[in-house]
Amino acid sequence: MAATAVRPGRVWNRVGIYTGAFVFSVLCGFPFLWAVITTFKQDADLYNPNHNPFTFTRGATLSNITDLFETTPYLHFIVNSVVIGIIVVGITLLLSLPAAYALARLSGSWGRRLGIGIFMVYLVPPTLLFLPLSRLITVLGLQDSIWSLVVVYPGFTIPLSTWLLMGFFRSIPRDIEEQARVDGYSRLQAVIRTVLPLTLPGIFSVVVFSFTLTMQDFIYALSFVSSSSRMTISVGVPTYLIRGDVFYWQSLMASAVIVAIPVAFLYNAFLDRFIQGFAMGAVKG
Amino acid sequence: MRLGSGGRRPDGGSAVAESPVAAGGRGLWARLSGSYLMEREGVLGGALLLPAVLYLVAVVGYPLVLSFLYAFSDVTTGSQALHLVGLQTFERAIRDPVFLQALRNTFVFTAVSQALVIVLSTALAFVLNADFRGKWFVRMIVLMPWATPVAISSVVWLWMLDSIFSPFDWFARVFGLLGPGDHIVFLGRSGLAMASVIGLQTWRVLPLATVILMAGLSAIPRDLTEAAEVDGAGFWRRLFEITAPLLAPVMMVALLFGIVFTFTDMAVVFVLTGGGPGNATQVLASWAFYKGINGGNLSVGAADALFMFPVLLGLAAIMLRFASRAEVG
Amino acid sequence: MAVVETRGLRKRFGDTVAVDGIDLLTGEGEYLVLLGPSGCGKTTLLRLIAGLESPSEGDVLIGGRAVTSLPPRARRIAMVFQSYALYPHKSVSRNIAFPLAAAGVPKDEWRQRIHWAASLLGIEHLLDRKPRELSGGERQRVALARAMVREPEVFLLDEPLSNLDAKLRATARDELKQFQQRIGTTTVYVTHDQTEAMGLGERIAVLEHGRIQQIGSPREIYEDPANAFVATFVGAPPMNLLQRNGMLVGFRPEHFLPESAAGGRAGLQRLSFKVGRVEYLGSDRYVYGRVPEVDPEAKVVAKLPSTVPDVVPSGETVPFVVPLDALRFFDRDTGVRKPPPPGPIA
Repeated sequence: MAATAVRPGRVWNRVGIYTGAFVFSVLCGFPFLWAVITTFKQDADLYNPNHNPFTFTRGATLSNITDLFETTPYLHFIVNSVVIGIIVVGITLLLSLPAAYALARLSGSWGRRLGIGIFMVYLVPPTLLFLPLSRLITVLGLQDSIWSLVVVYPGFTIPLSTWLLMGFFRSIPRDIEEQARVDGYSRLQAVIRTVLPLTLPGIFSVVVFSFTLTMQDFIYALSFVSSSSRMTISVGVPTYLIRGDVFYWQSLMASAVIVAIPVAFLYNAFLDRFIQGFAMGAVKG
Repeated sequence: MRLGSGGRRPDGGSAVAESPVAAGGRGLWARLSGSYLMEREGVLGGALLLPAVLYLVAVVGYPLVLSFLYAFSDVTTGSQALHLVGLQTFERAIRDPVFLQALRNTFVFTAVSQALVIVLSTALAFVLNADFRGKWFVRMIVLMPWATPVAISSVVWLWMLDSIFSPFDWFARVFGLLGPGDHIVFLGRSGLAMASVIGLQTWRVLPLATVILMAGLSAIPRDLTEAAEVDGAGFWRRLFEITAPLLAPVMMVALLFGIVFTFTDMAVVFVLTGGGPGNATQVLASWAFYKGINGGNLSVGAADALFMFPVLLGLAAIMLRFASRAEVG
Repeated sequence: MAVVETRGLRKRFGDTVAVDGIDLLTGEGEYLVLLGPSGCGKTTLLRLIAGLESPSEGDVLIGGRAVTSLPPRARRIAMVFQSYALYPHKSVSRNIAFPLAAAGVPKDEWRQRIHWAASLLGIEHLLDRKPRELSGGERQRVALARAMVREPEVFLLDEPLSNLDAKLRATARDELKQFQQRIGTTTVYVTHDQTEAMGLGERIAVLEHGRIQQIGSPREIYEDPANAFVATFVGAPPMNLLQRNGMLVGFRPEHFLPESAAGGRAGLQRLSFKVGRVEYLGSDRYVYGRVPEVDPEAKVVAKLPSTVPDVVPSGETVPFVVPLDALRFFDRDTGVRKPPPPGPIA
C-alpha cells in the first residue's frame, strides 16, 4: 500500500477522474450557465450575433428580473405552484404514511405484493391518463382551477412516497413500538409517539421529493388549466411567457433560473436519503 | 408490594388505575385509536391502507379503465355521449399517416437517448464514485438537469438552440466553421430537430440513471475489488470481471426507469419543437395531446396514447421479475 | 402482584406451531423462568402473555382475569425486550416517564416516581442522558426502571442479559435477582441460558417444540429430569445417555468417577470406561470416552473435580463407577422417564 501515491496508474486515474468531472459538469451545466448569463444581459448586447455571448459588452442589468415580476403573471405562477405543492404534500402524507406503515408492519407476503403493486402505479404515465382525467375534471367542475391539479397530483406522489416511507418504517426496530404498546399505548398511539418521531428525517425527504415532483408535471397542468392567473410555473413559463411574436428571452431565462437553482439545491440536499429509502423499500421486512 | 430499603414508594403513588381506553376517551379520534378493534392487525392494516388504495383507484385506476373505454368509443370533448364503436377508433388512429411517424419517432427517441444515457451514466457514476476535490459542487451541477422541471429546462434549451442567437453558432463562427450571417438551424430541419430532442432527453435523464448506478456501485463490497487487486487483476480486468457483472442488474433498473420516462414523455417535444418541423419529431404522447386536447377528439387521442400500453406492460413485467428475484435473493 | 395463567394456549404461524397447548400457572410473586433452545416457542409464549401476539387457541389470565382479547396496554404488565427497546429520541427520564404518561399519572407526580425507580436501580445520575450515550449495563437498568415505574402486576423479561458481555452478565444476574426479591412482583423470564435459569428461577419451565417438557424447581429439573430432552438440555456437559434393553440409562458426568476415587462405598454401578480424550479446565477435567460393554455407540463424558488424582490415561480402559441412585431411566422411543428396572445394567 506504500506505493499508492507514486504508481503511474494512479496518476492517470486521477487525471481521468478530474477530466471526467470537468467534461460532465460542462455537459450538464452549460444550459444553466447560458441561462444565467442571458438573464443579466441588455437587449442591445444580447441580440447582436457578433458579440461574444459569454461576456458583457454592455454591462449587466437586473431589469429583466424586475420586468418578469412586474409585467408578467410570473409571481402568480410561483404562488400557484407552491400552494398546489403544499396541499398535495399534505394529502400525500395523510394517505401514504398510514399505507406505508401498514405495508411495512401489518401485512405478510400479500402486503409485499401490494407494495410492489402500489409502486407500479407510479409507472403509469400521465400521458395515458390525461384525456379521461380532463373529462372527469370537467364533470367535477374543476376545469381551469388549481384544485384540478391538487386532486390529480397525489396519483403519482402517493405511490412514490408510500414506497419510500415503507423502507423508512422497516428500518425502525419493531421492539420500539411493541415496547410502547406494553408501556400502555394503543397501537396507533405507539406508532405516532415512537415510530413517527424516529422516521422524521425520512418523512422530511418525502416531503421534499413530493413537492419537487408536483413541480415536474407538465401535461396535466397544460390540459386542465387555461387562464394565466391559475397556471403553474411549469406551464406558465413555456406557454404564457413565450406566447406572442416577441420573446423576452432574458426574462424567460430568469424565470427558469429562479426555479431551477432552489429546486436543485433542495433535491441535492436530500438525495442521499432518497437513495437510501429507495433501496430500503426493496429490502425484505 | 414488598419493597426493601431503597424502594420507598412515593406518597400517593397508588397503583396505576387503567381504564380500557388508556388516554381518556374523548372525541372520535381517541375512541377510534383506543378501540380494541383497531389493535387487530388485519383490521388496522385494512383501515390504514384503504384510503390510499381508494385514492389511487379513483385518480389512476378509473381513468386508466376509462382510457380503454374511450379508445373503443367515439367520444369527443363536445359530446357527452359515449358510443362503443369497437376497433373503428384504432383504425382511424392508425390510418392517420402522422401516427406511424409518431410511433417510429417514439422508438427512435427512446432507443437512441437511452443508449446514450446508459453509456454516459456509467462513466459519470464511476467519476462521482471516486473522491476528488469539489465533488459536492460537481454532483450538484450534474443533478440539476433532473431536478429542474422538464418544461423549464426545455425552455432553456429552446433559447440555447435559437436559430439566430445560439451560442453554438458563435462557437462555430469562432472556429471558422460557419460564415458570418450563416446559422445552424437546430430545430427547423428534421434531422437536427430530432437530434436536439434526443439531446435534451439524454441530458435530462442522465442524472437519474447516474444516481441509480452510484447506489449500485457503492453497494459493491470494497473488499471484493481489493481482493481482486491483491490477486493481481488490473483495472480493466476488475472492471469487466467484478464490477460489471455486479452492476448489471442495477444498470437494468436504471434503463427500465429511463425507458418508462422517455417513452411516455411529451413535454420535451411539446416545448422544444411542437412536434415539428412538419411532424418530424412528433411522438405518441405529444400526438395524443394534439389530437385529444387541441383537436378535441378524446377517443382518437386515447387510442393513440394506448399504443404505449403494450410496451409499458412489457417493462412492468420485467420489473416485476426483478422484484420477485430480489425477494428470493 | 398477580398470578399468570395460560390455559391450552396454542399459536400457529402458517403451518408451524410455535406454542402447542401450554398450561402454566405461576405463584404469587414467583420468579418463573422459561428455558429452552432457540425456536422452542418460549419467546412466543411470552409475547402471548404480553398480548403482542394473539393466540390461535386458548386463554391467558392475569390475576384471575381473562385478558386474551385485551391489547397489551390493558394487561397491567411490563416487559423488557432483549434489545431493551429504549426510545432513542427520548432522554432516560423521558423514557421512564413514558409509561406514566400513558397511564394518565398527573405530571407533578412524575418526578417523584422517576426518582423512585431510578434510585432503586442506581441510575439517578443518568437521567438526562440519551440512550445512545449509555453502556449496555446502564441500558438494561433504564429498561428495568421504565418497566417498574408504573408498578405492573407482572414483569415479562425476554433474555434481558443476552446483550451484555460475559463478565457483566454474572453481576447483572445477581442484581436482577436482588431487584426482584426486593419488589416481589411476579416475573416471567425467558432465556436459553441454563446458568441464568438455574440462578434466577424459583421454578423453571423447560420448553421444546412449543410444549412444556417439565416444570419444577432448578433442583428438580436437574436431578429428576422428566424426559431425555430435559436431561440432555439442562446441565453442562449434558447427562450421559446409554442405550440398554430398550431403555436409556442416564447419569450426570459429575457422578461418573474412577473406582479408585469412590472410596469403596456401597451401591455403586461399575462400568469399564474406555478413555478417549482429556480436557483440562482448571477446577475440573472433562474426560471423553465410551462404555463399550453397555452401548458402544454412545459418547460418554466424565467430569472430574481437580481433587480427584489424575489416573485416567488416554486410550486405556479404566474401571469407573456411578452411584446407583444417580442413575435415571428413560423410554428409548418416547424419552419419558421410567422407574429403575430390577437388576444391574451391566
